[in-house]
Amino acid sequence: MSKVVIDALVERFPDAVYDAYVGVGGDDCAFVKKERIAEVCRFLKSDPGMLFDMAPYITAVDYLGQEPRFEVVYNLLSLKTNRRIRLRVKVPEQDAIVPSVTSVWRGADWFERYCFDMYGIRFSDHPDMRRLLMYDEFVGHPLRKDYPLKGRQPLVQEREVKDIYRGPGPATRD
Amino acid sequence: MTEKKGLGEVLTAAPSDELRLPPGESELDAFMPSRRMTVNLGPSHPAMHGVTRAVVELEGEIIREMKLDIGFLHRGFEKSCENVTWTQCFPYTDRLNYVSSIMNNVGFALAVEKLCKLDVPERAKYLRVITSELHRICDHLTLVGAMGMELGAMTVFLYAVEARDIIWDRLSELCGARLTSNYARVGGVARDAPEGWVAKTAKTLDRVTGYVDEIDGLLARNRIFIDRTRGTGVVPREDAIELGFTGPCLRASGEPYDLRKAAPYLVYDRVDFDIPVGTNGDNFDRYLMRVEEMRQADRIIRQCFEQMEPGEIAVQDFRYVLPPKPLVYGTIEGLMAHFKIIMEGIQVPAGEAYSYTEAANGELGFYVVSDGGGRPYKLGLRAPGWPMLAALPFMTKDSLLSDLIPTFDSINMIGGEVEQ
Repeated sequence: MSKVVIDALVERFPDAVYDAYVGVGGDDCAFVKKERIAEVCRFLKSDPGMLFDMAPYITAVDYLGQEPRFEVVYNLLSLKTNRRIRLRVKVPEQDAIVPSVTSVWRGADWFERYCFDMYGIRFSDHPDMRRLLMYDEFVGHPLRKDYPLKGRQPLVQEREVKDIYRGPGPATRD
Repeated sequence: MTEKKGLGEVLTAAPSDELRLPPGESELDAFMPSRRMTVNLGPSHPAMHGVTRAVVELEGEIIREMKLDIGFLHRGFEKSCENVTWTQCFPYTDRLNYVSSIMNNVGFALAVEKLCKLDVPERAKYLRVITSELHRICDHLTLVGAMGMELGAMTVFLYAVEARDIIWDRLSELCGARLTSNYARVGGVARDAPEGWVAKTAKTLDRVTGYVDEIDGLLARNRIFIDRTRGTGVVPREDAIELGFTGPCLRASGEPYDLRKAAPYLVYDRVDFDIPVGTNGDNFDRYLMRVEEMRQADRIIRQCFEQMEPGEIAVQDFRYVLPPKPLVYGTIEGLMAHFKIIMEGIQVPAGEAYSYTEAANGELGFYVVSDGGGRPYKLGLRAPGWPMLAALPFMTKDSLLSDLIPTFDSINMIGGEVEQ
């Protein structure tokens, strides 16, 4: 459908975009080198021939046993031309830091935090790189394939509550 | 006036000569020393449906900053699905947007079918669209009812819940449950419509239309409702696009994008319906979108009733669909097919795909990865309400605290899908 986009992209970034293919159901997909993803996305958004003005979904996959281990998947949409494209970025485990695209699409914020929370992939230049769904004290990244299915983590250490009606604080407080 | 200082810093009361009024100003305009206050809203708060915690930085009654803390309803949807067979994921998808569960079922079924390159029979397509649209009405009724209730119009809520309930009665005749329908299957739907269901549903829809008109009459020209929703929670079109809004919230901002028109799936290209588009992108427009979409959904369902013909409700390929019981008990092939699907799961060809449908709140996407086995290798959920909730701090910045309530209502945050 939008072969034009992939061709233009490969032509513009011959050293960053590789292995373009047509996925199941006719989706256009391509692999992008990790270091160049923000640059490629900025081009996709601003170039008058592309105008990918929305990033509806960004997620990550853990291909345990493969090298590089992780993959961040960017599903992009152009409302003006009604085209979609999927960019895949391979991320090695030792160097799991990807340039953030929050400066391109503000909506990418929570998706990237989710990837960090669940897979432990960090995004450089992200304004607020914290966990999203899990709490800060949580140990590990639950969606990694080697995260155990069974088991418990201790609850966050409770604060001492002296007076149930007044909340935390010295009991002698008047 | 005393200069405003940083976060939380106490402003000392201005000296008395500064408080003296300039000529021509009334006492009401006098500067009142105040300090910023951090208030914790939620996670369990009567005005925040769902469990979302918001830490707001208030200056008087004005929200200067907001931080959201979500995840109280996190159940590990993706992790759970990665460890059960493809078919067993359907009950989990019910619990995403629990007000419109069939839409999630259908969205997931379409994602798996995209990988399997399956095309479902005509009747199944129509049944999927009919039930989806019925649930779209339910979802919008919930939003409108809750919005009315939280803004003080309890009557609206009662009408909305009554209307929603009679739709659920029809749906429970179809799939046996009111809320967690578990209706769609890979390759079709679970059950055919019982005899007389179509006529009965058409009658129910007449009643629902009456309720919707009544609700609209109660709210759309209601002074209190208009005052609280018009001009609050405004999202300009450019911001809505960049923030990743989809569905009614995007259309309320003036962008006419609807997946049912832009990338038609099932039978949406065979029915005639309109896409309402707003202009201001405020809470009132988002409310209007919902009301109009309910009427359009009604139109779609009635056209589907006319077009639908008797036939198969699932593909007759027993690699994907459970064989009928006489075959299971009567033939060895049927028994084997049944056993394979139950014990090993549907063998979905290896690959990855992103499938998207227009759910009640926007784009419901599933990014599925299969390694060729009976279980999903990865099941990524793009929850429709996610970008809207993420944008809540932007929408409520520098607005009154009381505006948070209609804004939070109009984005229709459903904890089940956003927090997975």
